[in-house]
Amino acid sequence: MTTKPQPTTAEQTRPHLAAFEAFEKDGARRFPTWVNELRRTGISRFAALGFPTPKLEDWKYTNVAPIAELAFKPATSPSPAALSAAKAARFEVAGLGGSRLVFVNGHFAPTLSAISKLSRGVKVASLATAMNSDADLVKQHLGRYASASDHAFRALNAAFFADGAFIYVPKGVVVEEPVHLVFVAAASENGTAVHPRNLIVAEAGSQIKVVESYVSVGSAAGFTNAVMEIAVGEGANVEHCKFQDESRDAFHVATIQSSLARDSRFRSHSISIGAQIARHDINTVMTGEGVECVLNGLYVASDSQLVDHHMIVDHAQPRCASHEFFHGILGGAARGVFNGKIFVRPGAQQTDAKQTNRNLLLTDDATVDTKPQLEIFADDVKCTHGATVGRLDEDAIFYLRSRGIPHSAARRMLTQAFASNILARIGVEPVRKQLDELLQGRLDAEIRAVEG
Amino acid sequence: MALLEIRNLNAGIAGKHILKGINLTINPGEVHAIMGPNGSGKSTLSQVLAGRKTFNVISGEVLYNGKDLLALEPEERAHEGIFLAFQYPVEIPGVNNTYFLKAAYNEIRKHRGEPELDAMDFLALVKEKIKLLHVSQDLLNRPLNEGFSGGEKKRNEIFQMAVLDPKLAILDETDSGLDIDALRDVADGVNKLRRPDNAALVITHYQRLLNYIVPDFVHVLLNGCIVKSGGKELALELEEKGYDWLAGATRA
Repeated sequence: MTTKPQPTTAEQTRPHLAAFEAFEKDGARRFPTWVNELRRTGISRFAALGFPTPKLEDWKYTNVAPIAELAFKPATSPSPAALSAAKAARFEVAGLGGSRLVFVNGHFAPTLSAISKLSRGVKVASLATAMNSDADLVKQHLGRYASASDHAFRALNAAFFADGAFIYVPKGVVVEEPVHLVFVAAASENGTAVHPRNLIVAEAGSQIKVVESYVSVGSAAGFTNAVMEIAVGEGANVEHCKFQDESRDAFHVATIQSSLARDSRFRSHSISIGAQIARHDINTVMTGEGVECVLNGLYVASDSQLVDHHMIVDHAQPRCASHEFFHGILGGAARGVFNGKIFVRPGAQQTDAKQTNRNLLLTDDATVDTKPQLEIFADDVKCTHGATVGRLDEDAIFYLRSRGIPHSAARRMLTQAFASNILARIGVEPVRKQLDELLQGRLDAEIRAVEG
Repeated sequence: MALLEIRNLNAGIAGKHILKGINLTINPGEVHAIMGPNGSGKSTLSQVLAGRKTFNVISGEVLYNGKDLLALEPEERAHEGIFLAFQYPVEIPGVNNTYFLKAAYNEIRKHRGEPELDAMDFLALVKEKIKLLHVSQDLLNRPLNEGFSGGEKKRNEIFQMAVLDPKLAILDETDSGLDIDALRDVADGVNKLRRPDNAALVITHYQRLLNYIVPDFVHVLLNGCIVKSGGKELALELEEKGYDWLAGATRA
């Protein structure tokens, strides 16, 4: 076997730097100056960091060389013809109601979207528009939470983002109907790189639920590199549900960064079943006391898929609670990665942090690397973590069979149940229901594949 | 024809020989009790009859309605009318109790060539059985056995039994861990389900349960052998004298 020589950082990032130069000359002029400053910082950090290698602890199990080797073609301008209304309709959630923003290759597609009547002061818009129309507001928050300085993909997003969603809920306003963001990768060329950039600002005492779907049409090896920033104000209540089901040839890297002010409540769900490599960084900082936060997730992978969740929960303030629940179901030769960091900062007394990661392996070839990482600098805290990797419970299978349920149906029922335990926490009923049905189909297929 | 005929059954687990030549015949309409101290092989017998593969049959045969029971998968045994009320019912989070029972019930109907019941008809059946037993409606909507108290779990087993309507019910230490009210309810449920065409095998450590479920026959299991069989009065004798006086009878 011959090993390819490792390309240097400069070699690896050359196409990206060249693409950035072209973008600056052309498309980037559409954006305000302050945005282009963010971009320049982004590209210089990316040039310095290069793509992460498995030598870095945070990327030990997730080798992104296939992403680095892609012919990099940033989708910096809209391609409206790429998706028909009929195809876009496939990604609707039945009975969801509310506003729906569809993005094709990262660009807002107004004709495929529907923004419902909003309460006074609520803004649901494309970020490209908002950067001009609500410049002050966007400028105040954009890039403030998700740091580009220490993460090559966030840096790359900062350099190349063109559009995404901007959601603003003023003080005390309750947005009843959920907002659905649909990101459709519709590239026909391998290497088409999409950099969605989203910002949700929920002011004090406000409430909103946001659902994000990342899906594909076609099977090009596209690259989605998304960043979502969520600022949850004092006493605000935000639920965020992300569903990732991109094509099996696609690469998906994303950060969801939330900042939770005093007495706020935040629920995050990450349901990841698609892409060849999917890497999710879900980071949360409690900036005030009395925060309650639930980070919930389910990943399903088969064949040679890799799905990685890297979590950071930063208890920067006392009397906050965080509960992480992640379940993984892995078949084929799939790989799962879960890394859960919990920081309890000095003085963050009466922290209550729980983390559970349970993994179900359907085959001998499937693997999981799961690691809790607790760094606790306060003494009056309750921190627990638990990780399991295993097969279906034989006692449970026998119990079901002893009641007349056939072996294969018993396995399906238990696998479904393992997924449902996570989905049950989703507070947007139409989404929960649709995901439940979708997962049922997917898991049945996984079980059938195992049984041959 | 006997409903169940166990002939010289030898079985064990992980190389350990536990059941050493069990012979037992159960006819329709009969209730048999198997009593014995811990480690005598009571649970092994119930698990082998239900088809648990972790236990291996070394020799002997078991005929059920004249057919080879040991050749059947656990679910096939259930389809044929065998029901095991577990000593330790398994908690299954995420599987709704009623959903599970409906799936099981319809599998059995399918096997009998009967049409499956829809949700409405099944609910009607469930309501009828709830009335018969003292099961709270609330248990039905919860995940299967998850967070159930000991008593709730056992009631749920008997409730499942009532819905699935088996020909042969095996009750594995159903009395263990029950307070007197729960014990009475569980026994009451079993008695209500007694019919001339079905039978029960009640496995227990204590005589207490047999005050409520009165058996036709009592067998004493000791070190994997049935060392004594008799009528219901044998249970009282065991209660009084314990098992030690029978120890000499082992391998008799």
